[in-house]
Amino acid sequence: MTEEMKKLICIACPKGCTLDLTMSGDTILKIENASCKNGYEYAEREIHDPRRMVASTVKVKDGVHPLVPVYTEKAIPKRQIHELLKELREVEIQAPVEMGQVVLADVLGTGISVVASRSLPKAM
Amino acid sequence: MAIKDMYDVVVIGSGPGGLAAAISAKKAGADDVLIIERDVELGGILLQCIHNGFGVEIFKEDLPGPGYAQRFINDALSLGVETMLDTMVLDITSQRKIYVSSKTYGFRIIEARAIVLAMGCRERTRSQIRLPGTRPAGVYTAGMAQRWTNVEGYMPGKKFVILGSGDIGMIMARRLTFEGAKVERVLEIMPFLTGLTRNYVQCLLDYDITLQLHHTVKRIIGNDRVEAIEAVQVDDKWNMVPGTEEIIPCDSLLLSVGLIPENELSRMAGVLIDPVTGGPFVDETFQTNVPGIFAAGNVVHVYDLVDWVTEAGFAAGDGAGKFAIAQKKKAAQSINLIAGNNVRYVVPHRIEKENLKDEPIRLQMRVRQPMEEPVWVEVHDGDNLITRKGERYVRPGEMVTVTLKPKDFDAIRKTDRLTVQVVPR
Amino acid sequence: MQKKFDVIIIGGGVVGSMIARRLSRFQWDVLLIEKGADVGVGSSSANTAIVHAGYDPLPGSLKARLNVLGNTMFDQLAGELNFAFDRRGDYVVAIGDEEFAELEKLMVQGKKNGVPGMSILPGAEVRRREKHITPNVSGAVWASTGGICDPFQITVAAIENAINNGVTVMLETEFQDFIFEGKRIVGVKTNRGDIGCTWAINCAGMYSDFVMHKAGIRPDFKITPRRGEYFILDRAEISIDNVLFPTPTEKGKGILVTTTVHGNTVIGPNALIIDDKEDRSVTTAGMDEIWEGAMKLIPSLKKSHIIATFAGIRSYGNGPSRDPSLNYNHDFIIEIPEEVQGFVNLGGIESPGLTSSPAIALEVEDMLRDAKALPAEKRDWDPIRLARPRFREMSHQERQLIVERDPAYGRVICRCENITEGEIIAEIHAPLPARNYDAIKRRTWCGTGRCQAGFDTPRVVAILAKELGVSPIDITKKGPGSEFLFRKTKEVEG
Repeated sequence: MTEEMKKLICIACPKGCTLDLTMSGDTILKIENASCKNGYEYAEREIHDPRRMVASTVKVKDGVHPLVPVYTEKAIPKRQIHELLKELREVEIQAPVEMGQVVLADVLGTGISVVASRSLPKAM
Repeated sequence: MAIKDMYDVVVIGSGPGGLAAAISAKKAGADDVLIIERDVELGGILLQCIHNGFGVEIFKEDLPGPGYAQRFINDALSLGVETMLDTMVLDITSQRKIYVSSKTYGFRIIEARAIVLAMGCRERTRSQIRLPGTRPAGVYTAGMAQRWTNVEGYMPGKKFVILGSGDIGMIMARRLTFEGAKVERVLEIMPFLTGLTRNYVQCLLDYDITLQLHHTVKRIIGNDRVEAIEAVQVDDKWNMVPGTEEIIPCDSLLLSVGLIPENELSRMAGVLIDPVTGGPFVDETFQTNVPGIFAAGNVVHVYDLVDWVTEAGFAAGDGAGKFAIAQKKKAAQSINLIAGNNVRYVVPHRIEKENLKDEPIRLQMRVRQPMEEPVWVEVHDGDNLITRKGERYVRPGEMVTVTLKPKDFDAIRKTDRLTVQVVPR
Repeated sequence: MQKKFDVIIIGGGVVGSMIARRLSRFQWDVLLIEKGADVGVGSSSANTAIVHAGYDPLPGSLKARLNVLGNTMFDQLAGELNFAFDRRGDYVVAIGDEEFAELEKLMVQGKKNGVPGMSILPGAEVRRREKHITPNVSGAVWASTGGICDPFQITVAAIENAINNGVTVMLETEFQDFIFEGKRIVGVKTNRGDIGCTWAINCAGMYSDFVMHKAGIRPDFKITPRRGEYFILDRAEISIDNVLFPTPTEKGKGILVTTTVHGNTVIGPNALIIDDKEDRSVTTAGMDEIWEGAMKLIPSLKKSHIIATFAGIRSYGNGPSRDPSLNYNHDFIIEIPEEVQGFVNLGGIESPGLTSSPAIALEVEDMLRDAKALPAEKRDWDPIRLARPRFREMSHQERQLIVERDPAYGRVICRCENITEGEIIAEIHAPLPARNYDAIKRRTWCGTGRCQAGFDTPRVVAILAKELGVSPIDITKKGPGSEFLFRKTKEVEG
């Protein structure tokens, strides 16, 4: 297989090193320009299993606000973000909401839950 | 809860800076701490920052803004911090008198032994960067769009152009995309990204949103609602490069062009503002030039990590708490002289307890009405008579005196107020 | 035609509103139609708000006579209608000796126009009265009858008083054409249908040419839009005390630096002829021009003090003076033309239009009287329009009292200018209700401060929605087509 060069910006810390990857298909042959070992770990993850934390909102019934912010407890695979957002749009929970309350369990078979970011009391 | 007229510490603003200050003021020993917040709930700007990235330093966790805020809200409330919500501070004097207005509490004056200013920032506006073009609906600062989208539940547009590659702009680019809007372009006038690189990756690259450095908005187009933005490239000196104009159809322009510490109230209180930071000059306890007025958070200078705002808030609150305690101690060291029955005024107004030694103290006064009969000029502490002097008559035109002798000092030391009155004999 | 009125006033700017008020004194039915979503949204909404002394217009012109007359009416008017007016005088500042020599011409012209209270001050006196003035000031004409006012309040107050005295107002109602019977106008066609009238009055400002052409009057009359750009400065940063004009040139009065009734300093306007009557853009060139002009008068101004930018359009007309010997072709047109019956025609009412507006109304009334068109006067005409409470102008005690009476006055919505929910709600339920954001802004001053509506907008939108009984998605900035919000966050299409 031919070798390809790929650039990745590492987001493990605010420094944001631009990593130069030498790839052969999906295999990483070489990682250059990382300032620390976190860069190597990031590159491996980002190539083989890129994940992100997702934060959004869901509808709330009878709350002081019509929406409550929610987030994924752990980073979920990047390719499932779009699907997750679609599912979240259909969710409506009842106030009062407790911070940490599970809003969507085991999202899309990932084993990761979406929880409420804050408590939201009932509207007066 | 009834709001008192005087507090040890009053904190203005309940964002991360204010919450931390209130907590540490309480922990420093302040008896009563009040937070005044103009929104309907505590949390400040964190309530609309629903993305993660908060608490990495302090909690070693990656929390969303509201979750980070909630930890401190819970702590503050459990420590007995009082709150006035939906209340606007209109004025602060250098004597630490605070004028507030609210639907629930009305128009009130509250005094504080110490104040922590934690009002945060406002956003730079379209006019401040003198953006040419029309003034249609659809030109928003990133914060306003964020409030609508995340808190009030409305989308302020469908197709966005974002000016500014600061964190708020990039975060909103992703947020709006998540909720079904299209971000056409992010324009940044500088030759470099002004926000964090991780946001560039997670907000723009991940969603194929184009960032153009060296670019700005030449003009806004549209009479009633934004119809398009004319973007243009700039050179090193920020001059527009002719021929690089591009009309980008859209219905919204989001401005993420900087934060300005909000120090209008600080100025009213006589706090000196550093023109470079836009915030007060402060010492290591975050006290300003006005004794007893402290400042913490974005109101001092713009932070990028909320954890450091919390740290500053802790320091300022600690300083404010200690200041309030010292004030109270000082007040307990003095005795106020009150003009009682038929006394117009008494001089001195105040006796410092530490000065009660060997020398007698002569009180001087004038009466309101003449009494052409024998009278007692009495000094009492509310319960007990301390001393008195007989006079054959008293008249407003003739100054009257009564002397506090060293033998009275032990009794006097026990009180913080003495009343002088004239009664018939 | 279903509806019929005795008088239809076309256009709800300050001139139309003043005429409506004046004519409401008589026992007839008056209708004012305005195509915008509020009154005073054309030239009346974007000008320098100066009440001119009257030395500037050409002696003998209608502009000059009505300017000077209108100026004298402002004290009583402001007292009756309760709008902010401050007769603090204005200055025409001379820099250097050449300009100083020009000042005498202004004195002479002022005298010809019958302007009282003018004098020439030496540079030292000008410096004493205006601390920030350029050190190169050589002197100034002081016109003590000049002043400043709130141009939004004056229009709204006049319309409210007119409504209280029986006038009907239809907003979002656009004039399209006249309905003739022979040579007599008997009605107007609008986007809301035909409305009958005995008299139609052209107060259409920038579109007065369009209206008069539809009446077949003055085919050569043309309104050329002239745009003027402005800056508003932060009054916490800079505060000047006076109204300062530069020495005028052929181009006009020039770029002012002036204080306003709200305490801000305003800079502008320039004067650029444009094609599009609706183009109220601010431009880089325009902003640079007004800044340069301001620098000449007050060199200590800083660009960091700018909090707002806006532009207004002037109705620069080519109407000839009534006196042909003047050879002047930019005068006010105010006439009852002979060619058509039932028509009062106004055109080219640009500066000093605001100052002249009460005198213009008087002129129209006199013309109708001469034409024997006026019915009897009403016995119960009330000239007074009461002011509504303004929290920020109140003392502490007054604030305490009003909040006790109505807690909504305790909730501050505009943090920079201290405008309360009570005031906003009052405007939504006023005789001419404010139904969009800009209407609230013009009447309460909400959203004009240094944060430029950053804090108040979501709150004002929520209040408007609640009081009007609609969704926040229906709330607009300035009428249909300028909605703020598109949909609920979670209701994604497709």
